[in-house]
Amino acid sequence: MSGHESSYEPTNAFTRWLDSRLPIIRFAQDHAMNFPTPKNLNYWWTFGGILAVCLVVQIVTGVILAMHYSPGVDTAFASVERIMRDVPYGWLLRYIHSNGASMFFLAVYIHMFRGLYYGSYKAPREVLWVLGCVIYLLMMATAFLGYMLPWGQMSYHGSNVITGLFGAIPIIGDTIHTWIMGGPSIGNQTLQRFFSLHYLLPFMIAAVVVLHVWALHVPGNNNPTGVEVQDVEKETVPFHPYYTVKDAFAIVLFFMMFAVFVFYAPNVLGHADNYVQANPLVTPSHIVPEWYFLPFYAILRAITFDVGPIPAKLLGVIFMFAAIAVLFLLPWMDTSKVKSMRYRPVARQFFFGFVATCLLLGWCGASNPDDGVFGTPGKKLVVSYTDAGGAEITSEYDGGGEAYLDAKKFVESLPAGTNASISAVAKPTFQFRHLSLILTFAYFGYFILLFFVGLTESSKAVPESIHKSVLKRSKPSTATAIPAE
Amino acid sequence: MKSLRLLTAGLAGLVFAATAHAAGGAEHPHPPEGGWPFEGAIGKFDQASLQRGYQVYHEICSSCHSMKLLSYRNLGEPGGPFYDPAYPNPNMNPFVKALAAQNEILSPTPNDVGDYDFRPATPADRFRSPYANVEAARAANGGAAPPDLSVIVKARHGGASYIYRLLTGFPPDDAYVQRLVTPETIVTPYSDNGTPDDPSDDVAEVKTPAVYETLLDVSKLPSEHGSSEHEEGFLKINAGQHYNPYMAGDTAPNFEGDPRHAPPGGFLAMPPQLIEGRVEYTDGTKATPEQMAYDVAQFLAWASEPKQEHRKSLGLAVMVYLGLLAALLWFSYKQIWRKVDH
Repeated sequence: MSGHESSYEPTNAFTRWLDSRLPIIRFAQDHAMNFPTPKNLNYWWTFGGILAVCLVVQIVTGVILAMHYSPGVDTAFASVERIMRDVPYGWLLRYIHSNGASMFFLAVYIHMFRGLYYGSYKAPREVLWVLGCVIYLLMMATAFLGYMLPWGQMSYHGSNVITGLFGAIPIIGDTIHTWIMGGPSIGNQTLQRFFSLHYLLPFMIAAVVVLHVWALHVPGNNNPTGVEVQDVEKETVPFHPYYTVKDAFAIVLFFMMFAVFVFYAPNVLGHADNYVQANPLVTPSHIVPEWYFLPFYAILRAITFDVGPIPAKLLGVIFMFAAIAVLFLLPWMDTSKVKSMRYRPVARQFFFGFVATCLLLGWCGASNPDDGVFGTPGKKLVVSYTDAGGAEITSEYDGGGEAYLDAKKFVESLPAGTNASISAVAKPTFQFRHLSLILTFAYFGYFILLFFVGLTESSKAVPESIHKSVLKRSKPSTATAIPAE
Repeated sequence: MKSLRLLTAGLAGLVFAATAHAAGGAEHPHPPEGGWPFEGAIGKFDQASLQRGYQVYHEICSSCHSMKLLSYRNLGEPGGPFYDPAYPNPNMNPFVKALAAQNEILSPTPNDVGDYDFRPATPADRFRSPYANVEAARAANGGAAPPDLSVIVKARHGGASYIYRLLTGFPPDDAYVQRLVTPETIVTPYSDNGTPDDPSDDVAEVKTPAVYETLLDVSKLPSEHGSSEHEEGFLKINAGQHYNPYMAGDTAPNFEGDPRHAPPGGFLAMPPQLIEGRVEYTDGTKATPEQMAYDVAQFLAWASEPKQEHRKSLGLAVMVYLGLLAALLWFSYKQIWRKVDH
């Protein structure tokens, strides 16, 4: 709360002198130490601190890696491996940086879902939420640019797919595509500009983080009840030492999980193909982005049909960007005045459904869109041949081994010159692209539902204050002893 | 509500598992019996096996496959196959020097008069590459350049187990049959091409060499490669190609039989290499194909990730440190918050 009174008192001549010129110590004490923070925050609130640490870890390791990295189509791959082999502790820096990106996204997703659940995007925190979405967008851009740098097969072909998305924009698409790549195709110039921007964007993230914290410190923290602080004295504690110690504990737990990946499974979140140097002439059989992009990748591929004059590819791109854009509009889409889902029984069900939708979309993004969702479908035999008139004819055989014998007999019975062949074709089944399409609508449906549910829902009784809700929880024996009515 | 939350948590696990799932119709590469000594949280490489593996690479693989990211000095670095604590600087290790000197390389730097000489390699030099460039490698191998092996274990799903299974997974010789495509002799009628002095046009019978094609009898594949249904049919092997159930690819176009039961795997240009006794191990180990595959796969695992042992041992220290710090912070947290209801 920016309204809280500054309790800083300069203690000596120098700090008094400084305080009247640049009150930086006052600022630090008011905002990093004495800032009144609701006392009922749970562990989901530690992810803000975890994310700040993630950003610092990425910048520090990244700056050192950049000292050894060499952006160039002939040198990038080998220089990354040189870091792994010859730079002292280079393997550690690189594994922290590459797994750190995954940890950063894991933390940001938890942070965002926390915001969704406890209504942290609602008034008076709309700007705070929108700035958070800007940070998320910048993170995605940074991660995408960074994935190009090792110049492996997935780096190259993944970038090819993503830059190609801009080519789907009507009229100006090709120009933008060429402008981003710096030429007619991805090459040395693309790698160099991606490296330059990959170094730039984290500092832009840091700048928006400053705004994000500023926007947080004006209304103050939301809290699990969603009820605003009414009595600073009773309902808040100073950030330091109460939340510095709680955040520090959570950060160390997070680091333990981080360390398991870095030291024991450093490549499990990556893709083996990215250890093959980029080769434009060989396309990997299965191009997938990093795990944190998979839900959006699934939405991109979910649209496989043209709608009127809009081609499928453009529609997929529109839906993918809309999936991110809708987050920016969320504060104005949710019509409920009740912030926390704790008191919104209906919306709460939809929230968990939304989490499940996002996870399932991730599964779809990782899978081949033509594969069956419920295991590999059986196959039937199709005999195709041309008849005397030159028309293509197919006939199908389904069944066990005898079906093949039947098909073979039929082929042998055909006259010469019919060019007959037997092939196995998968039986129609419920494929991942079907599931992706359903989930894409479920994803957008959540935001539309929030609009209507907020208008009609009858919420549970919201506690009068943070203090009362805490009292109720910390004395469960008295709470249950007193009858509800 | 609870069940929905459980479902969500279960889905999270499922999604992470699915992300690691590898695509492709190839046989799953199981680790060799007994597993790998370098796997697990405290796994270490078997140094004797690494040394044998280097011998297999040097005597067999290196005739086609480069390892451009490795230098001979790497062999003598801590954790390496020929590390000797008496020589902390691997460039001084006489054994490594001798191993390097076995290879004649084109010096990467010019001599005093600007020419590039051939000379024995030193520990500082990169591993000798069998071909001058990728075009030469491609031309010498029927169009398919043998991949560089520096990071091959990291670059393949299944890692060292994939290398091991691929090298030992070629079908046995007796699974192959020959089929005559054109007969041994082709009878051509008398002809006269109008030049009376040309004796070749007076021949009645022209003998041409018979053309055979190689087929793999799928029913003779070792049983662990077959699915539950007994497969029948023949796989046509194109000249210069070799079938391997662990290779990524598609066998359906070459399969004569029920296309629903085309064998797993694909084709590669490399013929089976590890023939019993092809190398003679200096430590007396019997050079069976399985032994050689095991050793070279372990060597390649080391080459792909030479700092792996150090990584794991440092990891243990880091986890212990973080664990203690977490405990300390937990008690600090409890102490600081003891008077606050929250």
